[in-house]
Amino acid sequence: MYDFSYHNPKNVADAVSAMNEAEDGKFVAGGQTMIPTMKHRLASPSDIIDLRGIAELSGITVDGRGISIGAMTTHAEVAASSDVQAMIPALAALAANIGDPAVRNCGTIGGSVANNDPAADYPAAVIALGATVKTSKREISADDFFTGMFETALEEDELITAISFPKADAAAYMKFENPASRYAIVGVFVAKTGNDVRVGITGATPCAHRGMRLEEVLNSNFSADALESVEIPVAKMNADIHASAEYRAHLVKVMTRRAVAACS
Amino acid sequence: MPVIHMRVNGNPVSGEVEARTLLVQFLRDDLRLTGTHVGCDTSQCGACVVHVDGKSVKSCTMLAIMANDCEVMTIEGLANGSELHPMQQAFMDNHGLQCGFCTPGMVMSALDIVERNGNDLDEATIRKELTGNICRCTGYHNIVKAVKAGARAMGD
Repeated sequence: MYDFSYHNPKNVADAVSAMNEAEDGKFVAGGQTMIPTMKHRLASPSDIIDLRGIAELSGITVDGRGISIGAMTTHAEVAASSDVQAMIPALAALAANIGDPAVRNCGTIGGSVANNDPAADYPAAVIALGATVKTSKREISADDFFTGMFETALEEDELITAISFPKADAAAYMKFENPASRYAIVGVFVAKTGNDVRVGITGATPCAHRGMRLEEVLNSNFSADALESVEIPVAKMNADIHASAEYRAHLVKVMTRRAVAACS
Repeated sequence: MPVIHMRVNGNPVSGEVEARTLLVQFLRDDLRLTGTHVGCDTSQCGACVVHVDGKSVKSCTMLAIMANDCEVMTIEGLANGSELHPMQQAFMDNHGLQCGFCTPGMVMSALDIVERNGNDLDEATIRKELTGNICRCTGYHNIVKAVKAGARAMGD
């Protein structure tokens, strides 16, 4: 790892100005991806702006519509939150199964969503629940946030402050995980609110996305059996040593079936 | 270079470090607390697990400067003189190690498991909770037994 200047701001405004003054700065949340990336010299920022000292970025609040989770809230805190467990249990269960206990004690929801790893779990939930990503500049809807592999709508000096999840009537996340890393080979989050069904898919393609074909079928018939006829386009799937494109396409359907079954 | 301060195993320590210094490097190279091991250096194996402000973390994936002003506990902080901590004793009694390289991380993770799940642990819970700790010798059976026995002994 190359050396860098370290900043430890106490509020969002100071974090943003540190970024603006840096030659090639990076915000760091839990560091569970950033530090390994820097060790491999895949990133060599001139400045690290550590967000862990900013109290206003942590914590979970509930209102009538749903739940708002501060960007620096760790996976362990989301998993253990009685509010999240009561309001959106599928989200607590998702957080409880990211990485391993020590990683969950450091890794944060904001870091995971801002990084947008193609195999990360949270993006599927953000998309399926129709969450709003609140930043230091604006509010961004889930559908506009994830723009490509490791790419998001965030600007260089913009950081996530919180993510707001509306409550769903029923929701479930099913992932076929890599047994070594626990990253999703394919993960599918299904959320149903009234007659509106949303499906968020991660791991399958270069960027988490909505499963429009699956949603269309589930909107008229919310049952696992209804999914039989849906064609999943193999050509768009990722392929690597862990799973071929054909296998991932197959898994999308299997994980969706399981998630729908878990909702009803 | 930045100067950092923390309490390690109850003792106040400080040091001048490069910002890029990992917590495990500070513990091992600067403080000479070599009980915390580096197995993989890629956040997979858990040999470097220590507690920072009471929570288990992989010290190869945290900068030393991120633990500034924190309370750090390492494997060296557990025994009371020559009297082993009940979890250490349970690893010894149950032959929960062969080469011993992963053991410091296993013990530190085990204490975290007890903290969050209590003293009466079933095998499935222990195995799931140890997903971030890798052992290449034992096949895990005796580690699981040791964690179960150690958890119970900690409640006595």
